[in-house]
Amino acid sequence: MVNALLPVVLRGAVVRKRGQRLVGPIDLTLDGQGITIILGPNGAGKTTLLRAMHGLERVASGRLEWAIPDAQAHQAFVFQTPIMMRRSVLDNLSYPLRLAGRAQSDVVTAAQDAARAIGLQDKLNLPAPRLSGGEKQKLALARALICAPQVLFLDEPCASLDGPATREIEAVLQQAKADGTRIIMSTHDIGQARRLADEIVFMVSGRVVQTGPAQAFFEAPETTQAAAFLNGDIVE
Amino acid sequence: MNEIAQGVEAAFWLLVTFDRDLAEIALRSLQVTVTAVLIASLIGLPFGAWLAVRRFRYRRLAIAVLNALMGLPPVVVGLIVYLLLSRSGPFGVLGLLFTPTAMIIAQVIIVAPLIASIAHQSTRELWAEYHDLLISLNASRWQRIKTLLWDGRRALITAALAGFGRGIGEVGAIMIVGGNIDHATRVLTTAIALETGKGDFALALGLGFVLIGLALAVNIATHMLSRTEREGKW
Repeated sequence: MVNALLPVVLRGAVVRKRGQRLVGPIDLTLDGQGITIILGPNGAGKTTLLRAMHGLERVASGRLEWAIPDAQAHQAFVFQTPIMMRRSVLDNLSYPLRLAGRAQSDVVTAAQDAARAIGLQDKLNLPAPRLSGGEKQKLALARALICAPQVLFLDEPCASLDGPATREIEAVLQQAKADGTRIIMSTHDIGQARRLADEIVFMVSGRVVQTGPAQAFFEAPETTQAAAFLNGDIVE
Repeated sequence: MNEIAQGVEAAFWLLVTFDRDLAEIALRSLQVTVTAVLIASLIGLPFGAWLAVRRFRYRRLAIAVLNALMGLPPVVVGLIVYLLLSRSGPFGVLGLLFTPTAMIIAQVIIVAPLIASIAHQSTRELWAEYHDLLISLNASRWQRIKTLLWDGRRALITAALAGFGRGIGEVGAIMIVGGNIDHATRVLTTAIALETGKGDFALALGLGFVLIGLALAVNIATHMLSRTEREGKW
């Protein structure tokens, strides 16, 4: 399946905030299919890189280009702390479809189907802010996927979830991948990266240290920092 | 104390006997203020939300001016509206002076900044919560404003009620532009001012209690209809 948005190319891309360099300069090209995991210790700049790729942060210098100009319209983002709108579960799921101008009958059917897919079909009329942490993250993921984005960004989606909730989220991600969605996700959880990643982008201190296929990264890391991170050492 | 007791008694008899004059001025009070609050809400609520989502050079100054306008002296507003609507003024040809419409215009000017400012405060907090999501979902500016107004509607009802509270108790501006004409522009507040001037404190107090009761009834009815207490958390 061809993804019209890709490749995304970053050349010397730098993100700054109040004059301070947060990330960069970064040279990176993401193409193809599957799941790319942006891996690295806390403070490595994983979230900032994801946000910059999605257009939530401005690239101060260098360039960041998608294959088509309005790429953001075909992407979705799941935040580390799920943002729940002050509406019911059904209305949260319906919201992106309504924004896209879909017909009312389609909206309700699609939202009900999405709720069923994540096991929230019995909570459709509950206020979304009252859901548990795991349910909120599943709802955020389903809401992100409901418009069938070509690229899905996830910022440490399982950071505060327990084992069963993490397993459910990962199952949804595997299904999305099988459906052709290109997934770019950050995590500092090596185990989750091993389970999900097709490709690894390893970051330390705002820079990309190593990229490549996941299997090669885990079996034979090319840099001392990557090897140290995989060994469980503190990497700065 | 004796006058307060007499006021309560006067209010009681005015209500029990369903005094026609009282009903007329109470209804006019409601008509003027409710209309003014509806118009002010149509202006103030979207403007407050727009101010929350839009970034522009003089935004802070605009917010400071808006907040300052909350304290507009009604008498000054009344005077300006009077000059604009008087025969020699730019809108004199419309013949609106000393009509309920002139009173509504004055109240809109007094109430709209209050509603816009409170709306801005509450939508700004909601915008901080929704910012990343709405940008990510590619919502247009108008879609963002509509979303903030809908999801923040319970706080915005409070903004409208604050506007109603300011409008229903206002006397200076509507006295100037309305003229307190019997069976034409007399409302509860101007009637209270008139009766006080005449020295009929009991009747003035009675009207005052009716005014307080009216304001309370509107607030309670709005809260009940909007179910603010039952679903206030979302």
